[in-house]
Amino acid sequence: MATFTGKVFVLGDDIDTDIIIPTEYLALKTIDDMRQYGFYPLRPELPSLISKGDIIVAGNNFGCGSSREQAPEVIKALGVSCVIAKSFARIFYRNSINNGLLLIENSDIQDVVKEGDELTVIPGQEIRYKGVSYKIGSLPDNLMDILNDGGLVNAMKKRNGLI
Amino acid sequence: MGATLIEKIIRRNVHDDSVKAGDIVFVKPDRVMIHDIFIPFVADKFHEMGFKKVWDTDKVVIIYDHMVPASQVDDTRHFRRGDEFAKEQGIEHIHRADGICHQLMPELRYATPGDIVFGTDSHTVTYGGVGAFSTGIGYTEMAGILGTGELWIKVPETIRININGKLRDGVTSKDIILRIIGDLTAAGATYKAMEFAGDTVKEMSVASRLTMANMTIEAGAKCGLFYPDEKTAEFSGVPLDEEHGCFTDDNDGDYAMVLDYKAEDFVPVAACPSQVDKIRPVSELKDIVIDQVFIGSCTNGRLEDLRAAAEILKGKKVAPYVKLIVTPASRSVYLDAVHEGIMKIFNEAGAIIMNPGCGLCCGRSGGILTDGETVVATNNRNFLGRMGTSKVNIYLASPVTAAKSAVAGKITA
Amino acid sequence: MGMTIAEKIIARAAGVEEAHAGNIYVVELDHLMSNDGTTHLTIDMYNKLKNKKIYDKNKLIWIMDHNVPCDSPKTAASQKKMRDFARENGITLHEGDGICHEIMIEKYINPKELIFGADSHTCSYGELGAFGTGVGCTDYLYAMVTGKSWVLAPETLRFNLTGELKNGATARDLILTIIGMIGANGANYKAMEFVGPGMKNLTMSDRICICNLCVEAGAKTGLMEVDDIAKAYLREHGREAVDGFVSDPDAKFEKVYDIDMGDIVPVVAKPHFVDNISPVEEVKDVEINEAFLGSCNNGRIEDLRLGASIIKGKKVAPGVRFLVSPASRDVYAQALEEGIIDIFMEAGAIVVNSNCSVCWGSCQGVIGEGETLISTGTRNFKGRAGDKNSFVYLGSAATVTASAIAGKITRA
Repeated sequence: MATFTGKVFVLGDDIDTDIIIPTEYLALKTIDDMRQYGFYPLRPELPSLISKGDIIVAGNNFGCGSSREQAPEVIKALGVSCVIAKSFARIFYRNSINNGLLLIENSDIQDVVKEGDELTVIPGQEIRYKGVSYKIGSLPDNLMDILNDGGLVNAMKKRNGLI
Repeated sequence: MGATLIEKIIRRNVHDDSVKAGDIVFVKPDRVMIHDIFIPFVADKFHEMGFKKVWDTDKVVIIYDHMVPASQVDDTRHFRRGDEFAKEQGIEHIHRADGICHQLMPELRYATPGDIVFGTDSHTVTYGGVGAFSTGIGYTEMAGILGTGELWIKVPETIRININGKLRDGVTSKDIILRIIGDLTAAGATYKAMEFAGDTVKEMSVASRLTMANMTIEAGAKCGLFYPDEKTAEFSGVPLDEEHGCFTDDNDGDYAMVLDYKAEDFVPVAACPSQVDKIRPVSELKDIVIDQVFIGSCTNGRLEDLRAAAEILKGKKVAPYVKLIVTPASRSVYLDAVHEGIMKIFNEAGAIIMNPGCGLCCGRSGGILTDGETVVATNNRNFLGRMGTSKVNIYLASPVTAAKSAVAGKITA
Repeated sequence: MGMTIAEKIIARAAGVEEAHAGNIYVVELDHLMSNDGTTHLTIDMYNKLKNKKIYDKNKLIWIMDHNVPCDSPKTAASQKKMRDFARENGITLHEGDGICHEIMIEKYINPKELIFGADSHTCSYGELGAFGTGVGCTDYLYAMVTGKSWVLAPETLRFNLTGELKNGATARDLILTIIGMIGANGANYKAMEFVGPGMKNLTMSDRICICNLCVEAGAKTGLMEVDDIAKAYLREHGREAVDGFVSDPDAKFEKVYDIDMGDIVPVVAKPHFVDNISPVEEVKDVEINEAFLGSCNNGRIEDLRLGASIIKGKKVAPGVRFLVSPASRDVYAQALEEGIIDIFMEAGAIVVNSNCSVCWGSCQGVIGEGETLISTGTRNFKGRAGDKNSFVYLGSAATVTASAIAGKITRA
């Protein structure tokens, strides 16, 4: 996965799946229909501000709550390239990997980063912000395989000989 | 050294007694559950992945509950897609209006002790109440399981929670689990299993255990487990032995953390807006005026919950201008409540009695609120905007606290 | 010159000796009913008035029934406005007790009264000899503030009923047949009066069903004489069994119809008009996705009994959603008592709280694109029950229940 740079949006702790995409909108037909309601209860303006390649930086327990896979899908559909958080809720974590959304655990960047600034990510190695490097871990192999396949659907397609 | 309950369950599944916390293993689920919100996505992904046939139709259960009855015109598309998929695959375990998935799975014995069960809903953790390892996954992974019959998991570490002693009157298992979540915080058990033991737990009904297991996800846990006993065996219709998944407690596992609680120390508590771990004693919240009370959900919509509320409401009326909404967890809970005279009590008290289903808990209908309104609810989440606008105040509490609050018109223990 | 029941009620309300069709009268209203469909709009208009004053709060009865419990922040906000206003002004408020018309009939209506309701089915009160009619918010607000309004005294169409219903036909089939006969605008601005020797064979529930649907023929109201059956109802519901009005022998009727109820057969109103009537046989085998037993038209204990007698020991067809909504808290209580709720639940029905439910078509039980509903509700307009490309058939409690079991439209 190559190095990338994006504009930062800063969120707090315990950003739950109902904030990321409220239940009310889950029956909309497509993720594209849903994306305008991303983060609606907390920051309804976000979908209009986020552009392709932007990065979300959040606190603890990002994605806690329900198993709705629309949460990572909506974040991805908004153009977000990765979410950096102190920690992630486990179902959200699995769903993100399975949809090819990169998640990075880091607990230092939150203290310094400001919304609107740019930040660079070297996957598996470090985050660079204002000339300072912040170390990040890498994923276990089985997860990296899924990410490299572009998500679980592609991984299964490969398994079934479709690609 | 002994093993934790989660290790025992996974070892049984993978036929390998060396498996321990931290290992990544592929398990073969004994059952999977898909609910209405996600069935179209599961079906689409399943086909997109190139699968033709579900690995084992008997192991698949489809349940409609979040959208029953439909409240938006597109909702019924989910029923049609679910029906189509069930027909195409020959899936016979389909429940279209029988109640909440997490009530039906243990009630109808789809999830029994020692089983590994995955569901497309985060509260799939509920079946830990009967000693099954069950947890929520996304629809893509579900589609993958339907095709392959397996899923990778990391064997979780265990937080052991011992509770001993006798609970005070008016304190329920809901108060216990809320307090524990408050102590651990909403992320305190992330990736981990919670294992409950002690004589207080042994005294509890299966229903009370299901309530606690249900909410372990609110501490981030992968599952919340109870050792099966005579009550579990009877409830699940299995013999009480290890061969049938009823594992005994070594109390000697390699625990990541051990918490000891005295039952006498628990008091009625509530999770305050808008975090599940923002726990305060109800006594400190008294006089908070309320607009609505909700009794129901996979956390507290079972017969014992309705009974407890009815006992308080008998011969009384819901406070003027306050709505009490009662949503039984399943068709059989509803019928039992009719037969026991509980529905009569609710109706005479002025409650609004809904059909079995998720109702207000999933925030799509069933009593949505608006800015400045306050609700006491027995369900599992009080997230911002969960039951209406982001300016609704949601207090999570036990059915006892909920019923008392409905009568008083303010939060009351 | 003699007067019809409608003219007599208007004369009384206007405080004049005689009233006749075609003239406008200033009348004093006995009750003013409003529900959550529009009350928030009335309040908005009220709040813009210079002199805010309610003429007599005791005349006002406000009932939440359309979106109960709330299905969205928007309806919750509307209801909060209504609840807060009722509370501040001491207005009688029902929330969660059932459908407005059912509650009005069970608890409030007396013979000879004139009632405005901000709902078209306010025409339902004629079986108690009362003139109820639906009005918009502006009319409602004027009456709320002044206690008065004006009405154009209607011409009356008289229906002389003989014989009795048989062959599985119900009062619902009778009124649908009449609407089919005179058309959806056949009684525009007019009153429909039901009299005759056949009346003794109709229960109060039958009569409510008939009056309730008069608006679907365009009528201002439906009216009946207050006989022993109506008086017994009043007594059972804790009210005085007073006399109602009877049309004078020389009263002028625009038209008189003679209907032998023995000729009525089970019918349905087909999509998308209430007067698009045909015998059930002619549409049998139309597959359904949903069935609804309830509404101010057919959600009473008699309807539930009829449905339960058909479904007892049977099951709802797989894939069909059968929603049952008792019309009121009292109906639910009675149904519990009689084991009827058990029967529906055992059969796989979805028993919901007392409210307008599927008949209102904005939340509970809405149907999707291309789907078909058979309903005891009041209307089958295009899109009434959900998606604009869906189909609603209206039928009796018997037809609806039998169809729910069969999965297709079926005669009981």
